Amino acid sequence: MGEKFRCGLTVNGERAEALVLSYKTLLEALREDFGLTGTKHGCELGECGACTVLLDGEPVLSCLVLALECEGRAVQTIEGLARGPELHPLQAAFADFGGSQCGYCTPGVIMTAKALLEKNPNPTRQQIKEATAGNLCRCTGYNQIVESIEDAAAKLRAEAK
Amino acid sequence: MKKKLDVVGKARRRVDARAKVTGALRYADDLFMPRMLYAKLLRSPHPHAVIEKIDAEKARRHPGVHLVLTGKDFPVPFGIMPVSVDEYPLAPERVRYVGDPVAAVIAVDEQTAVEAIALIEVRYRILKPIESPEAGLNNPEPRIHDYGEQGNIHRNQSYEFGKTEEALKSSDLVFEDLFFYEGNTHLPMEQQASLAFVDPEGRLQISSSTQNPHYLHRQLARVLQIAETRIRVVATPNGGAFGGKCDPGGHEFVVSKAALVLGRPVKIGLTREEVFYVHRGRHPVLMKMKTGVTKDGKLTGMHLQTLLDGGGYGSHGPASTFYTGVLTPVTYHYPRFKFEACRVFTNKPACGPKRGHGTPQPRFGQEVQLDKIAGKLGMDPAELRLKNLTKADSLTASWLRVGSTGLGDCITKVTEMSGWKQRRGKLGRGRGLGLACSTYMCGAGVAIYWNKMPHSGVQVLLDRSGGVIVYCGATEIGQGSDDVLAAIVAETLGVDTGVVRVVSGDTGITPVDLGSYSSRVTIMAGNAAVQAAERLRVQIAAVVSETLGTLPDRVVFSQGRVFAADHSGPGMSFVEAVAAAESQLGTLSAVGSYSPPKAPGKYKGAGVGPSPAYSFSSCVVEVEVDERTGWIHVPKIWIAHDIGRALNPTLARGQVIGGVYMGLGEALMEEQSFRRLPEKLSGALVHRAPSMLDYKSLTSLDMPDVEVALIEDPDPNCPYGAKEVGQGPLLPVMPALANAIYDAVGVRIDEIPITPDKVLRALESESKRVGPQSFPSVPYPEPMFVLPPWEGGDGKETKRDASAAVV
Repeated sequence: MGEKFRCGLTVNGERAEALVLSYKTLLEALREDFGLTGTKHGCELGECGACTVLLDGEPVLSCLVLALECEGRAVQTIEGLARGPELHPLQAAFADFGGSQCGYCTPGVIMTAKALLEKNPNPTRQQIKEATAGNLCRCTGYNQIVESIEDAAAKLRAEAK
Repeated sequence: MKKKLDVVGKARRRVDARAKVTGALRYADDLFMPRMLYAKLLRSPHPHAVIEKIDAEKARRHPGVHLVLTGKDFPVPFGIMPVSVDEYPLAPERVRYVGDPVAAVIAVDEQTAVEAIALIEVRYRILKPIESPEAGLNNPEPRIHDYGEQGNIHRNQSYEFGKTEEALKSSDLVFEDLFFYEGNTHLPMEQQASLAFVDPEGRLQISSSTQNPHYLHRQLARVLQIAETRIRVVATPNGGAFGGKCDPGGHEFVVSKAALVLGRPVKIGLTREEVFYVHRGRHPVLMKMKTGVTKDGKLTGMHLQTLLDGGGYGSHGPASTFYTGVLTPVTYHYPRFKFEACRVFTNKPACGPKRGHGTPQPRFGQEVQLDKIAGKLGMDPAELRLKNLTKADSLTASWLRVGSTGLGDCITKVTEMSGWKQRRGKLGRGRGLGLACSTYMCGAGVAIYWNKMPHSGVQVLLDRSGGVIVYCGATEIGQGSDDVLAAIVAETLGVDTGVVRVVSGDTGITPVDLGSYSSRVTIMAGNAAVQAAERLRVQIAAVVSETLGTLPDRVVFSQGRVFAADHSGPGMSFVEAVAAAESQLGTLSAVGSYSPPKAPGKYKGAGVGPSPAYSFSSCVVEVEVDERTGWIHVPKIWIAHDIGRALNPTLARGQVIGGVYMGLGEALMEEQSFRRLPEKLSGALVHRAPSMLDYKSLTSLDMPDVEVALIEDPDPNCPYGAKEVGQGPLLPVMPALANAIYDAVGVRIDEIPITPDKVLRALESESKRVGPQSFPSVPYPEPMFVLPPWEGGDGKETKRDASAAVV
């Protein structure tokens, strides 16, 4: 039991505030204080990538960032990805191409892929593998993750035209 | 009435996909409740010790602490198998591995609980740790457990199906090889978590990341000494399991007990380090394999000996011990077969069931040895295998019934896909191809505890809006069991999966299914679902046939319509048919259940290995080996899997590639290994790598492209012909890799994992081999002798003298 501090973030485009214990990581604060459990923990040591969120647009391991360090910054999580009732092309592709099996690594992989596609809308398979190499998945064998990201990239490019 | 398939066999978004890609799915650790408390476990720092005293007073007085539990609070032991009830939620007097839980703190938050467990003082009297099965055989004292065969031997068994030594002696050639398969762990992305609370009616409920809610339910009742009717177990969607969430865990009993004592919700989430200690993963197995063969490549018999490192507890060990041999004769015909197995307790985390349960180890040895045999005989390894295949609907020497088999087709397909004939041996120095095959059960033929009841039950409820609810105790662990149930019921009732809601893995509201293990869900829950849905279809058809102007068995249900088979009228919608049936019959519901067929073997122990069906796989791995560094690169893998029928090809392909991935990880790098701390730091036997960084697994960059062929010949024992796909495709990968390395650089690595240092050592050695050098003297018992079916046996134990000479 320690002292709590006010933590203000822009979460998925909306201003949000919570009282957060100083030692809590962004991952813990998102899940426990902001009520966003879509971001998962797999190790809490920066080894697995399950907790990946976008901090000011950059993918970070939220288990390695203190929540209070993020004061005033923009955090994007899996919960903010869908466009209202419509799935984001990445989400739709992961659902259709078997990119998600148990689903536990999925939010982290999708957020990593989103950052990749924002920088590089037309990545090669090798670039996709490199970008997601920090996201461990024990179910898929990665093939279908790569295929899902390729499909989403094509759809997003078509949308941008 | 037969119809063409609308749902089955079509690639489709799985029913739980949306929840997964939106982050909406609630895993156990995503659950929060008002007034919830948090639990933490204190774990033993010693591999083997007597607990002399626990002083928890400081922890109890720590601000924010609500409860401290120790072994005294749990007088009743548990164990997943009735013959190995040897574990306590918190160790009462003895710890048997580093990580054995000894006390628990329940506090207002996780941090407080962490602080408080550090205040618990435990006085241990350290015992000599048993580090290996060899050490366990040589040191009957100190005994890790006071039960088992003798000393530190947990299980020891021997079976002989026909006079095997005779068969080997009269063979043209006999091959004797030693193999070792290191232990490894499941490493599911989700760490185990549980939330227990007392519901408004005063009953215990636990939501937990378990594969087997039914078995957990039974064990909770046993340990907590309360009626099963007072307990509800909800298996939350598992974030991967692979066998690691089959055993009940100490943490599940702790939060349940604490919730009952405190009357408040209590949650626990294990850390990644703790998940390594809970383990129950792949047994390290040393194997000796003696196989006879004729000059023209016909197998004459095999004598297989295995030695398992069991770790500190029984877990599924009695079954694991059997599985290091029983499925060996399912792929190829061995006229005679002798199998001896011994599991030894050691002071390490307990081993148990991991994907393929006990069978990848002997399969590795068998398939590598076949490669050696083919080389010696100058035969193509694929040809040697094709020559010895078991036949469909045949019996093995050990009385397992092989039902449908597509193994020959798998070998033909995978050799075509990979260009095997044109490319093997011709890729140049450093590059090679290797082939291997395997089989796996579609569900174990007997339950873990003896009973005559069905293995799976399904209830289907229809509502008048045309909605379909499927209730089943099967657990969604990521493999797609909810989707399997939805697809089967949707197909049978002629509706879209979008109108089906699956309620699964909840002992409070779903019929019993034994759990998501042994690749049993598609076949067993699937058959139960077919039966329930067909019963409903029959009820509805009887009501609407008159309106449709046809006979009840000529009514077709397809694509949301119900109509006469000859299309004589416009038919009606499924919703109209349901409304008509409900008007006449009342609320519409039906149940189905499934029990596997009786096994042909009648000898004691014949219950392990039989299955309603077996899947088969064949795999070709391509490698590039750098002879300067030993580095192994795998550019491509081809695999053909005999699945009977793919219910949802997207998921089936995913399971195949996922299995290949896990097999390749085991083959190349995954190791649950241990080391000694220096004496000044207690000298304890500790885990070498209890973290995801140190426990190496394949990343997206390491994983090759996998080309998958699904061999589809529907199996009559399986729902819509569908066999298992969750475990089988893992199994041929390790030996195929080893064989590919031999093709590439001419060295034999007879142990798993195959790491660059071993390749270098083999290249530098005279024998061009790295692997075990000796097999210890194991006091196997006198074998139980059973005559093979073709020698006039009846499936029962018989006297050795009654058997004929070699035929």
